[in-house]
Amino acid sequence: MSLALDLFTLAAIGAGAFFFFAGTVGLLRFPDSLTRLHALTKADNLGLGLVVLGLLPRSGSLLDALRLIAIWALVQLPGAATAQLIGRALSRRRAAE
Amino acid sequence: MSILQVLDLGLAILVLAVAGWTIAARELFASVVGYVAYGLLLSIVWIRLYAPDVALTEAAIGSGVTGVLLVTSGARLKRAGNVEAAEPSGPSQRFLAAALAVLVAAALATVILLLPEPPPTLAPEAGQQLAATGLANPVTAVLIAYRSFDTMLEKIVLVLAVVGVWSLAPDRVWGGAPAPLGRARPEGPLLFLDQALVPLGILVGIHIFWVGADEPGGAFQGGAILAAMWMIVMISRLTEPPRVGARWLRLALVAGPAVFLAVGLAGPGMGGSFFAYPAGFAKPIILFIEAFMVLSIAATLPMLVAGPPRRSPER
Repeated sequence: MSLALDLFTLAAIGAGAFFFFAGTVGLLRFPDSLTRLHALTKADNLGLGLVVLGLLPRSGSLLDALRLIAIWALVQLPGAATAQLIGRALSRRRAAE
Repeated sequence: MSILQVLDLGLAILVLAVAGWTIAARELFASVVGYVAYGLLLSIVWIRLYAPDVALTEAAIGSGVTGVLLVTSGARLKRAGNVEAAEPSGPSQRFLAAALAVLVAAALATVILLLPEPPPTLAPEAGQQLAATGLANPVTAVLIAYRSFDTMLEKIVLVLAVVGVWSLAPDRVWGGAPAPLGRARPEGPLLFLDQALVPLGILVGIHIFWVGADEPGGAFQGGAILAAMWMIVMISRLTEPPRVGARWLRLALVAGPAVFLAVGLAGPGMGGSFFAYPAGFAKPIILFIEAFMVLSIAATLPMLVAGPPRRSPER
């Protein structure tokens, strides 16, 4: 059982790290701001979500597990809002040009 | 080398690289972004040094609030004229600056290398006396009990900083409100943040202050989170910066240092010495002082960001 949980943790955190890596590569390599923004939001949404998912079986108590989930949810709020704000600023600039 | 050591080495190199990039960046905004990233990396360094209290403060104050301050002052400087196109300094001036920086760095390095082994520490004594304060977090005990006078002076410095910012106001707008933060029309995503994040953030801020007695956290970190929430609401224009002459604002600004000083002065009256808390009653008093400090910090930091008054008080 513990081996299965360890494997689950490894797989989930590995997948999360992959999304962070892919998001970073996208941020550095994508051609324009909107696509870069797209890459970045995947990293903090899915990447962090998978890392948290992988850490859940490792948390000592139910309260700690809920805390981890709350951290993920709290990161989502400003992440989503700033992505929208940057996107709107970009489209305003595009309309002005 | 273990994997943690490799990660630490990588972190140290990253901090130095981001610091170098922040100095070298030609654009003002880019270098502010670099500074914020540098602060966040530093807070990870503090975590690795087993100092979560310092890490929280670095993330909230060093990176968060200072970042907002630098972004807003950068925007103001830009409106006042193109600062980046300013005359580059001459070679002699640059040489002088570099020499001074090398001298300071060399002096710091020498001092650190000359530290006795093991370095002098008061940590065991601080731990032994912890029970007398009723606290479980030694950092809070140092801040509010052992070195309470220093902490009170730090809070007074914050109030002085606000006075310094306000004193830049012309006479005709004295007592008025600072210019509003953010654009005139509220933006949907910011309103969403107001509704979803701000209520939670206020709870988290109070929680961080409350657990600071026993776990990492405290008045400064909790107050900084509350300040950030007020700033979000001001930036989304749901509320405007208050008039600097408003009585409630003045009271909120001085409440922390004033209560702190009053408790300190009450020490001799209760048979102790200056800043001596009565035995067995230390923890409630410490939390009482901290609650007012949270209020003052939550009021001070946004007023520093909002800047000097810009609108005349009559309107």
